[in-house]
Amino acid sequence: MNILGLYNYWIVVVLMLIGFYIVIAHENLIKKLVGLSIFQTSVFFFYISMGKITGATAPILDEKYELYSNPLPHVLILTAIVVGIATTALGLALVVRIQEAYGSIEERDIQEQDAHDQLECQLEAYGPSSMEISDEQEQDE
Amino acid sequence: MTTHLPILQVIIPLLAAPFCIFLRIPRLVGIFAILVSAAAFLVSCGLLQQVITAGTISYKLGGWPAPWGIEYRIDILNVYLLLLVSAMSTIVLVAAQTSIKKELPEDRHVFFYTSFLLCLTGLLGILATADAFNVFVFLEISALSTYTMIALGTDRRALTASYQYLIMGTIGATFIIIGVGLMYMMTGTLNMYDLAERLPEVNTSRTVLSAFGFFIVGVCLKLALFPLHLWLPNAYAFAPSIATAFLAATATKVAVYLLIRLVFSIFGIEFVVTVLPMQEIFMVLGLAGIFAASVSAIYQLNIKRLFAYSSVAQIGYMILGLAIGTKLGLVATLVHMFNHALMKAAVFLAIGGAVYRIHSAQLIHFAGLGRKMPLTMAAIVIGGLSLIGVPLTVGFVSKWYLVLALLENGWWPVAILVLMSSLLAVMYVWRTVEWIYFTPPRINIDDVTEAPLSQLIPIWILVLANIYFGLNTSLTVGLSKMAAESLYGIFGGVL
Repeated sequence: MNILGLYNYWIVVVLMLIGFYIVIAHENLIKKLVGLSIFQTSVFFFYISMGKITGATAPILDEKYELYSNPLPHVLILTAIVVGIATTALGLALVVRIQEAYGSIEERDIQEQDAHDQLECQLEAYGPSSMEISDEQEQDE
Repeated sequence: MTTHLPILQVIIPLLAAPFCIFLRIPRLVGIFAILVSAAAFLVSCGLLQQVITAGTISYKLGGWPAPWGIEYRIDILNVYLLLLVSAMSTIVLVAAQTSIKKELPEDRHVFFYTSFLLCLTGLLGILATADAFNVFVFLEISALSTYTMIALGTDRRALTASYQYLIMGTIGATFIIIGVGLMYMMTGTLNMYDLAERLPEVNTSRTVLSAFGFFIVGVCLKLALFPLHLWLPNAYAFAPSIATAFLAATATKVAVYLLIRLVFSIFGIEFVVTVLPMQEIFMVLGLAGIFAASVSAIYQLNIKRLFAYSSVAQIGYMILGLAIGTKLGLVATLVHMFNHALMKAAVFLAIGGAVYRIHSAQLIHFAGLGRKMPLTMAAIVIGGLSLIGVPLTVGFVSKWYLVLALLENGWWPVAILVLMSSLLAVMYVWRTVEWIYFTPPRINIDDVTEAPLSQLIPIWILVLANIYFGLNTSLTVGLSKMAAESLYGIFGGVL
């Protein structure tokens, strides 16, 4: 069994890493969800590849064939696809609400606005003397 | 009827959830949700009685026998947690009736109860099922409804918190299905007990090792083990108080349960500690979590966020108990799971009671509330004392068993660190007490009164439970010991 013979698993690994990288590296909330979808899709491929048996046919009973692929992983992944759709839909709905609330879907803008809110809380709690400390903290971040 | 209890446990809240939408009238839906949750609790009680008298129950869905069909298997460990989750949800739902009126707009109440019941379904399902893929499905049911509940919070940061949790939670769940897939590849089965029989044959293969790795990272993301806890503080801080109380009491415990199942029932403790240095990894991460999260808790301005960080620290104790790898260590973890649910539910419900009156969860706005809402604030203090581990509270029982297990294993430096970490808990609890009792009010709280009775009763049931189970440990420790015995019994050996 050579390395290229397992090409479908290579595709799984590459897709998984691409998806994961997008989730981590991108700031745009929609792009992150796209990354998440790619990441999940790689797992669908993984399950589907797993059920394949070399030389076997689709699992529909017929007298002409003896060897069938394993249908169970395919059925399982149907469930996972539905879950994936639900997750993406919910994620997109949240992004819409975030856009309405913050006026942006860039992670950095949102964090800046949150940090501003946080600073106001701090000001209310400890008075202006705490500002110096929080300024330093901001620079560290 | 009684033979179908395992499936009824899950299906009652599942069918009730969409029914809520049709009932439409918020008040009616609220009462309906309590009844459903109470029914689930009664079913758990029935199951407990069956398990104690007749031993482990195996339920075949649709009559298909185990490796082909989905099996629900209720043993002493499941039933202990089923009882905990359904009891907590019932108590929390009673307080929800008034609490969400102030925290959510009227037209969202029905959706809140619907997602609450779906979340309950998911959690109960994870506990009841013995099928690894079924676990994933229920995990996602509970997770998706949790994201919805968090996003219902009034602060706009609830939305980002929910989004962040969605991203991390989905990665965690996807890791879990990768793990399940790899296990299926090697063994051709999804049933946990079938897996346990077949995995030892292929134990040394790299596929099984990576299956274990993926599964454990996924579960640790779900249970918010340090340093995978980043989603938790914001999610708890900005969710509606009722959702926070319910999630803090149950969601992470169910994830810890999954970890215990994975380690003890599927792979077996011998594999886990001999092939991989899991004991060391869990010990280091557990301790790091306890200290890092407790220190963060001290600096929080939002009281919900403060106790959310404390939750991360408490999860560290549970993981530390697992890391010891002995029966007593497991007992410490199981007891703490129950006890922590009691303390956190009490504290978060009491905070919810205060938020109901002052519409803020900022610590500074709690200044002076000690005089205005003595009963509610006393609940926070008793919950806090329990978190520290003061004698006469459940927290003491947990710490006692944990330290005992550590000493039995000769890990006395860790035991000393655990005791020192209680001092950090003293600091964050004291900070809360200082604001509540010893600081003049910052906002106008003249007409603030005690939380409404429908919240005060659940809060004090939990507070009294905190004290009762601190004095009488026969239920918690007894069931934990039985569960630990049975988990170690599977593989027959103590390390």
